[in-house]
Amino acid sequence: MNERDLRGLLDQVKAGRMARRAFVRRLAAVGLTAPMATQLLALSGVAMAQPKSTYKPTKRGGGGLLKVLWWQGPTLLNPHFAVGTKDQDGSRLFYEPLARWDRDGNLQPVLAETIPGREDGTLAADGKSVTWKLKKGVRWHDGQPLTADDVVFTWEYARDPATATLTSGSYKNVTVEKVDQHTVTVKFPGATPFWADAFVAAAGCIIPRHLFADYIGGKSREAPTNLKPVGTGPYMFKDFKPGDLVSGVINPNYHQDNKPYFDAIEMKGGGDAVSAARAVLQSGEYDYAWNMQVEDEILSRLEKGGKGKVVISPGGNIEHIQLNNTDPWTEVDGERSSIKTKHPTLSDPAVRRALSLLVDKASVEKHIYGRTGIATANFINNPKRFVSTTTKYEFNVDKAIDILEKAGWKKGGDGIREKDGKKLKLVYQTSINQPRQKNQAIVKQAAQKAGIDIELKSVTASVFFSSDVANPDTYTKFYCDLQMYTTTMTQPDPEVFMLQFTSAEVATKANKWQGRNITRWRNKEYDDNYTASQSELDPVKRAAMLIKANEMVVNNVVVIPVVSRPGVAAMTSKLNASISGWDNNTWDLSDWYKDA
Amino acid sequence: MNRQYIIRRILIAIPSLLGISVILFGVLAMAPGDPFEELATNPAIPPEVRQALRAKFGLDDPVWQRYVHWLSAMVQGDWGFSFQSRMDVDMLILQRLPVTLIVIGASQILAISVAIPVGVLAAIRPYSIFDQIASTFAMIGFSLPTFFTGLVLILVFSIQLDWLPFVYRADVDATGWAFYWEHIKQSIMPVIVLGLAQAGALVRFMRSSVLDVIRLDYVTTARSKGIGERKVIVRHVVRNALIPIVTLVALQLPAVFGGAIVTEQIFRVPGIGSLLIAAILANDTPVVMGVTFVFACLVVLFNLIADILYGWLDPRISFR
Amino acid sequence: MAGSTPASLSAEAPAAPAVVAVSPRKARSISPALETWRRFRRHVLAVTGAVVLSILVLAVLVGPYIWPVPINEIDFAAKLEGPSLAHPLGTDDLGQDLLARMMYGGRISLAVGLAAMLVALTVGVLVGAVAGMASGWLDATLMWLTDLFLALPTLPVLLLAMYLFRDSVKQVLGVEGGAFVLIVVVIGILRWMPVARLVRAQFLSLREKEFVEAARALGASKMRQVVQHILPNALGPVIVVGTIDVAAAILFESTLSFLGLGFPSDVPTWGSMLRDAKDYLDIAAHWALFPGAAIFLTVLAINFIGDGLRDAFDPRRVL
Repeated sequence: MNERDLRGLLDQVKAGRMARRAFVRRLAAVGLTAPMATQLLALSGVAMAQPKSTYKPTKRGGGGLLKVLWWQGPTLLNPHFAVGTKDQDGSRLFYEPLARWDRDGNLQPVLAETIPGREDGTLAADGKSVTWKLKKGVRWHDGQPLTADDVVFTWEYARDPATATLTSGSYKNVTVEKVDQHTVTVKFPGATPFWADAFVAAAGCIIPRHLFADYIGGKSREAPTNLKPVGTGPYMFKDFKPGDLVSGVINPNYHQDNKPYFDAIEMKGGGDAVSAARAVLQSGEYDYAWNMQVEDEILSRLEKGGKGKVVISPGGNIEHIQLNNTDPWTEVDGERSSIKTKHPTLSDPAVRRALSLLVDKASVEKHIYGRTGIATANFINNPKRFVSTTTKYEFNVDKAIDILEKAGWKKGGDGIREKDGKKLKLVYQTSINQPRQKNQAIVKQAAQKAGIDIELKSVTASVFFSSDVANPDTYTKFYCDLQMYTTTMTQPDPEVFMLQFTSAEVATKANKWQGRNITRWRNKEYDDNYTASQSELDPVKRAAMLIKANEMVVNNVVVIPVVSRPGVAAMTSKLNASISGWDNNTWDLSDWYKDA
Repeated sequence: MNRQYIIRRILIAIPSLLGISVILFGVLAMAPGDPFEELATNPAIPPEVRQALRAKFGLDDPVWQRYVHWLSAMVQGDWGFSFQSRMDVDMLILQRLPVTLIVIGASQILAISVAIPVGVLAAIRPYSIFDQIASTFAMIGFSLPTFFTGLVLILVFSIQLDWLPFVYRADVDATGWAFYWEHIKQSIMPVIVLGLAQAGALVRFMRSSVLDVIRLDYVTTARSKGIGERKVIVRHVVRNALIPIVTLVALQLPAVFGGAIVTEQIFRVPGIGSLLIAAILANDTPVVMGVTFVFACLVVLFNLIADILYGWLDPRISFR
Repeated sequence: MAGSTPASLSAEAPAAPAVVAVSPRKARSISPALETWRRFRRHVLAVTGAVVLSILVLAVLVGPYIWPVPINEIDFAAKLEGPSLAHPLGTDDLGQDLLARMMYGGRISLAVGLAAMLVALTVGVLVGAVAGMASGWLDATLMWLTDLFLALPTLPVLLLAMYLFRDSVKQVLGVEGGAFVLIVVVIGILRWMPVARLVRAQFLSLREKEFVEAARALGASKMRQVVQHILPNALGPVIVVGTIDVAAAILFESTLSFLGLGFPSDVPTWGSMLRDAKDYLDIAAHWALFPGAAIFLTVLAINFIGDGLRDAFDPRRVL
């Protein structure tokens, strides 16, 4: 899909000949996220869809205690220090952003009165600023009113390097100005097609100025409110035990009518995913469980009991195999996988193509992940129903053998192919996680049939994903031939995501392996395309460039995408809760209710 | 065995604990991993943030500097704060101490109070039916892992019969008798799983050491003096046979503080074991250091107590 | 089981004459080792245990030749099947044959269990015996070392050990050989402390007993006191620890593999099979049943052998 096609599609939507939803799907098929697609529409003057609320309760409270299980419990409750989604999810019980992403990638207002748009001029035509109008009459849990000062303060707090917030990426390059008591303007340094980042969703929670003002910068840890949050959300803080429990009671002054439904909430942490699934689906002790990283085989059997259901929501996470472009077995200047080397076997495009044919994605999906991992050909997500026309996946051992034979890789006496004295023996590493080990076993077996010997290695997650410079087993060092893990795409804008294939980002000893390009693939065409996309003002052209970037990554077999990992939650049959893959699990907690 | 000896041992304990703390700190500092791994895979978080946090928490300082810093703070009663939750370490430990003491303590008491009489009875009539049954249960206790026995109990009592909850909640929303009843109900399974595993080993030890003692000369002498069999067993046999048991119990008691990692995980008991394992996996050094150091103190203390008890159980033991 | 109990094993049997214990010289007619073997042979349960263990060892050694099914043949069509003719012990969730995996895994599990137990016992008995005999600063130092090892948190130590030694050991011994040696050493290192403390406690008590005093008075060297008089009497708890350690080592190996510190994930062992199977316990019970039963049977057999050894070593017992 090129720029012209994209414009054609946008025109069709504007003219009402194409549904918004269909447009989002078409873009997803070529690797763009749903939020990215809806932002494109907004910039072209097509307002965000506002689906009708399905919330039924007619009065606030009365729902009793809501019990939810997070098998890794939140360890801190300041949304700007939140390390993982578990902490963000916990913070969202109490704090709220200006707007949130729904399941289809649409923005919904929370503390904002409306979503900015081109019609009323709140979204600047040049893409350099966006104006947010705050909802009036919102009060913090301690009774103070929410004003534009709190929003400006949140920006100051989050961007201060001394505070070292984890959300600083969304705030450090923008400026925020107060227009009046209930209006703020976010200004970008250049035209920014992806304008809904600051104050939106997970990274966008607004914090009260009157409680945090004295604890900005170096003293940030000492704020008592870190442990006893005061927000605007549907529940007020009751108790917090890191890793074990977060509890809250109903906020009687919540800013939305008849919400929330439950009188109290208890978020319990600890344990493992399978037993969490049992507690919801089988025994019904709990109402909701988060992140069901459980094989679908088990989930569907537990579901058969009829006490609960599994809910899936598409998101941007991709389980993929990376191929090393450098030689991990030769040390040059104190580092292996140095960019001064070339991989002895994987540098041959034939071997790469053969490997991509040997990953039986369909079986991985069918027998390991089921509904919780959908086979994909694209690096950016791709719902199965809308297979891209350019990138395809195929599992074909014979074809792989054929490619290898033609490229001159002949079987040796031990059944392993070799060429010029180099044997096709590869080490394939991943983190410890049962589905991953099974995935490895499936790849190993197919490779064996094609004459490639694969040695499996698994590293405990806390080591594999660490940035420990001294450790050889981290994924950024990539001291082996193949490796597999899931990249999370918490930010729906693919620009940040696609940065990881640019030459300047190569992880090396010199940058303490902090670079994002782990495969060490370097391609001038890709770099040029990427640089051009960064300074491209026209959002449509930019989108087309990002689509091209995705195609290049997949077609050159820089990585082999395996399955996209949607969000998976388990809940009791009576609970009504919507899940969004583009926002936190508790993104619309205020709207959760139980059928009578 | 005198007071001087005990005082000397306590004085030696201080430098030996210091030495242990140096090695603990060194191992934790050298062990692979860093506390901000979760940030690494998230492309939205710039690497500078990770660097800034490392610098802020002093992780880039040399190990000896960090140790001196830790020790001097510890001496002043400052345990440091967790990298994960940014909460004070002593507060985190205190939050979880009551549950740990109750659940793990109950299982230890259960194990000891079942194992000692069963072991003695089994040894008095070795290879009797009672001995065979006791031994079989004991072997089940230590040959099946707790993750397995725990799951079997959950499947039977929580899912099939629906009698007991399997998610442990420290905050029970009930009052009066209901409060205690809820606590007892949710503690039954973890206590049994842990108790069975520990009792299994203890039964075997008790049986073996009673068998060792029962044939010693002085027991025969006591018997020949016409002392009743019951009295012989309790006074002469059990007392001497307790030496290995005292050793073992002294080895296990620090675990009442240290928690039981696997069992706590299965039943979601918010004990110190789960705090420790979460901290280890997240490379949250201050928490790991705090918990293991208290644990080390308890190990040293209980081994000292064991040595003192040896002298009481067998007055001929002398420490020179 | 009870039916096979020989009457003479009852403790009600008349106690042996004290002379035997004080002066082993009288038993010189046959060597102590031979005497022990003679007693062991008569211990019915111990012989049963030895036979069961031999069968297990034989099965894992010879079995793969009789049942030459590959351990990692993935067959999704046959996944999670119960026992059948094609798969006598059923299949796991990738459709791999459990009988083949049980036999292959048994080699590793049995070898790891026995070897790690021997390492732990050797180190523990050595440290405990030296500390128990020496007293003074040597005792204090050794007990400090024991306390230190008890206090070390397992997981960081494991990660550190693997990180420091894995690659070099792997280069010398290959992937599986390296993993084996490391696992055995690591388990041994993490489990000797209870043995040391138990042995030391026994020594403290035994070295003051009359029969040792008598030997001392007769001019027996320290070495002789230990080997001839104290050690045989201190073996009771050591044998119990040994039997428990076999089970512990087999299970601990699975924990190590689970942490990526043991064998590669595609190498089955009894412990890791049990761990993989646990989530499927109510779906495919056979998967957990067989490795669980195999571990239990091994422990049972070793316990009987241990009991037999204990009774056979007992210098006061005349069968």
